[in-house]
Amino acid sequence: MSSLRRSRISISFVCIVLGFMLSMQFRIAMEQRSSLPYQRTEELSARLLQTEKERDALQEQVAKLEEAAAKKAAEPSGQQTIQELRMRSGQIPLTGPGVIVTIDDSKIASKAGDNQNLYIIHDDDLLKVINELRAAGAEAISVNGQRLVATSEIRCAGPTLSVNNVRSAPPYEIRAIGDIQTLENSLRMRGGVMETLRVWGIQLEIQVSENVTVPAYKGVGAYQYARPAEEASS
Amino acid sequence: MSYALVSLMVGILLGAFTPIAVPVAYAKLFSVALLASLDSVFGGFRAAMEETFDNTIFISGFFANALLAVFLVYAGDHMGIDLYYVALLAFGLRIFQNLAIIRRYFLKKHS
Repeated sequence: MSSLRRSRISISFVCIVLGFMLSMQFRIAMEQRSSLPYQRTEELSARLLQTEKERDALQEQVAKLEEAAAKKAAEPSGQQTIQELRMRSGQIPLTGPGVIVTIDDSKIASKAGDNQNLYIIHDDDLLKVINELRAAGAEAISVNGQRLVATSEIRCAGPTLSVNNVRSAPPYEIRAIGDIQTLENSLRMRGGVMETLRVWGIQLEIQVSENVTVPAYKGVGAYQYARPAEEASS
Repeated sequence: MSYALVSLMVGILLGAFTPIAVPVAYAKLFSVALLASLDSVFGGFRAAMEETFDNTIFISGFFANALLAVFLVYAGDHMGIDLYYVALLAFGLRIFQNLAIIRRYFLKKHS
């Protein structure tokens, strides 16, 4: 009799524990199901808030810039504007942090039957380098002492290159003023200009300096054909 | 039999109204423990059917099984062996086996 009662007590105890665990497990499952989408919503709303904040900041910036632009437009004859225009058109030498890139013809002896042209510098090689520098935000660029301005050309002239109608032979020295890191990285980029030119043995050396001087444009700036159009439509 | 059902209900209600919840990190271990207990209970049921029920074996099996299963899964987690699924499979198989045997006993009894 006592053994039967004992077994009954133990069975009841076990059943209570089992029931307890069952309902606990049920609750866990419910919680997990309900909490996952909830977390997702939280995350999304947080992201939305952040994006809205960013948008507001950008709008503020736009307003500020527009205001500044309006102010500038109001005083077109200001000293600062003239100075900036002269800097932009290359009429004055500029100095600042930047890179000096030296490019020389390949020292690799070309194999028989190979195209010799591949081992020497061409105008398009130089243009690629300059394009990369401009894309990296270079503010002023010169090639062998010739400042690049809006009308500058770079073209092959026999074994030399002509810049601003002045011919020069390799090695070419490109000076660029701008953010040092960006300029250097833009050239050293994987699969970038430097890597491509290296294949042909063309020597490209990048020298970083806090003080790069870019000379002024030496050509004449007179316009022979172009004249300002009347801004009637604007 | 009724006292077992009553105590099961009491346990379910107790669990439903306990303010403590098992953290999500331990949900896996808890489910293994639950399965082990279920296995023990069905094993006990079957033993009762076969009239070989032993109280001590039942009680010790109930707790030892659950604790051992939890410990093994926990240790496996730390050793990089996912014993969780192994435990699920083993206990699941045994539960279904026991159920089949219980069913047969019922059929034999009532035929």
